[in-house]
Amino acid sequence: MVTDNIKADVNKINHILAGYKGESNLLIQVLLEIQKEIRWLPKEGLLRISQELNVPLRQVYHAVTFYKAFSLIPKGKYTVTVCMGTACHVRGSPRILDRVAQTLGINPGETTADSKFSLETVACLGCCAMGPVMVVGDVYHGKLSLDQVGRILDSYN
Amino acid sequence: MPKLRSAPELEELRKVIVSKRDPNKLCFTVCSGTACLAIGSQKTFAAFEKELERPGLKDTVELKATGCPGFCEQGPIVVVYPQEVCYLHVQPEDVAEIISQSMKGQIVERLLYVDPVTRKAISRESDIPFYQYQKRLILGNNRLIDATRIEDYVALGGYEALAKALIWMTPEQVMAEIEKAGLRGRGGGGFPTARKWKSTRDAPGEPKYVIVNCDEGDPGAFMNRALMEGNPHSVLEGLTIGAYAMGSHEGFIYVRQEYPLAAENIAIAINQAEDYGLLGKNILGSGFDFIVKVHKGAGAFVSGESSALMNAIEGKVGEPRPKYIHTAEKGLWDKPSCLNNVETWADVSFIINNGADWFATIGTEGSKGTKIFSLVGKVNNTGLVEVPLGTPLRDIIYKIGGGVRGNKKFKAVQTGGPSGGCISEQYLDSPVDFDELTKLGAMMGSGGMIVTDEDTCMVDFAKYFVHFLSEESCGKCVPCREGLNHMLDVLTRITEGRGQASDIQLLEDLAKMLKGASLCALGQTAANPVLTTLRYFRQEYDAHINEKRCPAGICKDLIAFYIEPDKCQACLVCARNCPADAINGGKNIIHVIDQSKCIKCGTCFDVCPPRFGAIKKISGEPVPAVVPEQDRVIQRKG
Repeated sequence: MVTDNIKADVNKINHILAGYKGESNLLIQVLLEIQKEIRWLPKEGLLRISQELNVPLRQVYHAVTFYKAFSLIPKGKYTVTVCMGTACHVRGSPRILDRVAQTLGINPGETTADSKFSLETVACLGCCAMGPVMVVGDVYHGKLSLDQVGRILDSYN
Repeated sequence: MPKLRSAPELEELRKVIVSKRDPNKLCFTVCSGTACLAIGSQKTFAAFEKELERPGLKDTVELKATGCPGFCEQGPIVVVYPQEVCYLHVQPEDVAEIISQSMKGQIVERLLYVDPVTRKAISRESDIPFYQYQKRLILGNNRLIDATRIEDYVALGGYEALAKALIWMTPEQVMAEIEKAGLRGRGGGGFPTARKWKSTRDAPGEPKYVIVNCDEGDPGAFMNRALMEGNPHSVLEGLTIGAYAMGSHEGFIYVRQEYPLAAENIAIAINQAEDYGLLGKNILGSGFDFIVKVHKGAGAFVSGESSALMNAIEGKVGEPRPKYIHTAEKGLWDKPSCLNNVETWADVSFIINNGADWFATIGTEGSKGTKIFSLVGKVNNTGLVEVPLGTPLRDIIYKIGGGVRGNKKFKAVQTGGPSGGCISEQYLDSPVDFDELTKLGAMMGSGGMIVTDEDTCMVDFAKYFVHFLSEESCGKCVPCREGLNHMLDVLTRITEGRGQASDIQLLEDLAKMLKGASLCALGQTAANPVLTTLRYFRQEYDAHINEKRCPAGICKDLIAFYIEPDKCQACLVCARNCPADAINGGKNIIHVIDQSKCIKCGTCFDVCPPRFGAIKKISGEPVPAVVPEQDRVIQRKG
């Protein structure tokens, strides 16, 4: 079952890679596109990327582990991103993060057992006037209070 | 569409666009920047679209999704032209009323801005104090433009500066104009732009590259996002002019992936500019060729550093290169490269259009022009603020920002991003320019301005920045990697009540080492938050270390929450909301916090009805003993 899933993901990766043969300078852009499409970067996929773009696997791995946007394990259906920027920080984002973590039962960087939610923090989303801010999937929620957190997350159930 | 082949053709296009527009036509604009989208401006816009579908309306009125006007606090914002009536917090259910009243020439009073001092409603956008005291050179057009329509930009005189530069000026003349204007880089360092351009132009090697840095990584800053989303052509135009001056034919725009809308809008802008022949081969018939590509970042603060950013564009990991090699000489693919911030590029067309002399009349001796600041944190009017350089901090925070929220006491303003510094009240009258801020131990940075009040613990605040930087340090050089971690350890133990008297000296020593030995600016400036808080808020460090007390009541290990028995009315609100089940009590039984269970999240403190105000935050003293069981029953009369 698991290998089938990986196969399907590698197929999608092959499909994306078709347009980028030998374009080594587009490594990051390709990784972003793949991460967005299948929500992770499987080992088999990294090998394909290395071959197709003509970039050493070491360099691919370096990029994947360096940037925050990439994940070597599958991400949940919805990524919950809590902004930890300075403006959000002074308006109580650490408490928002605690509450989200408690509600979902996971720590930042982790994914719920049902693969529904992944919890992430971000340095700044640039919505500083709306702080504290969290994004679920691609929907922004601004001016958050602690009691809204549960309600918002519930609405995805 | 036919490509424009000369400056007169551009002028002709502008005339045609303008002639088709009736300045007296009723026009509704809805802010569609990310911040307004975060609080539902999409729904407001959709409500307008739906209402305007009614017969007869479509031709008589216009609807426009515009960029961010900066007054994010009050969004979603709707402005009705030609009267320029500004409505705040507009919800979908308000839309029908706005349309019907506007058509009658009436105003919806309840949605206007009310001056907190005079209690008077203000209808015209530009009369609102938040806007009144600004000089909105670069940001001003955001609210008039739909970023996805190049015609909107052209109608306002867009690309006229490009035509002027390409047709009437030599590259040397463009360079001289920028130099005379005294433009300095808006991204952080404040390096003279013309000097950077000259080094790139004069460096041997072809091709030369020009780059827009929109990796706005500083938490608390979002002016680049607003510009890229709201007026991408102004950046493209400046970039093209710069490329002409330096003899470059290829440009890159590096946008962080956290700004999806900015990346989308700039890509649209590039396509449209190409369609009109404002990018590509033989621009406006001048013989000058220039193409631009967009690259997305993947989430790394250090990638905003110029040499790191160039590595990232090459598809490598965004780590800085050794600084003895200048990127102006060996940058992207080891070719001469010039990187400037979004705002710097946007300044260029204003200088070319209006002349260096005009530009140099704005600002101070050493810092010319305007600067956009993102005024955020504990201030009433948060948002983007553009003022002439040299404006005193106090004017920005009080006149434009409307002062500190909730009548709390001002404590400090933090400028310059994570590597900037905290400035205390006594220096509020200092003019904000590159040199003054540096003198105060802070810096301009990209223009983040975070206001803090009495509820912010400055040790915790310094720890926040050091934590941020230690996470973002790429780890390539030892001083930054290890120094920041060590600093974080020390700050953590101070905030946890395990600080020692020698820690202050240790922090100062580490700061000196970081500054002197780090590879790039991230490490070199990383100690600023610690040094400035030590300089202006030393007493807070002392309280943490000597008295094990957090004066602001923030550091979890040094505070406790306690319910004052004589104030508690046993309403159960705190007990129901406590996420840790740490409050016991019942109807008519005074509530008590079980200190062993309390996670100090502060929820009880927030939810206790203000008329009771029974929850007390204590620090530096023991928690009073629990009321004996028999005294916990509240006897109510009647």
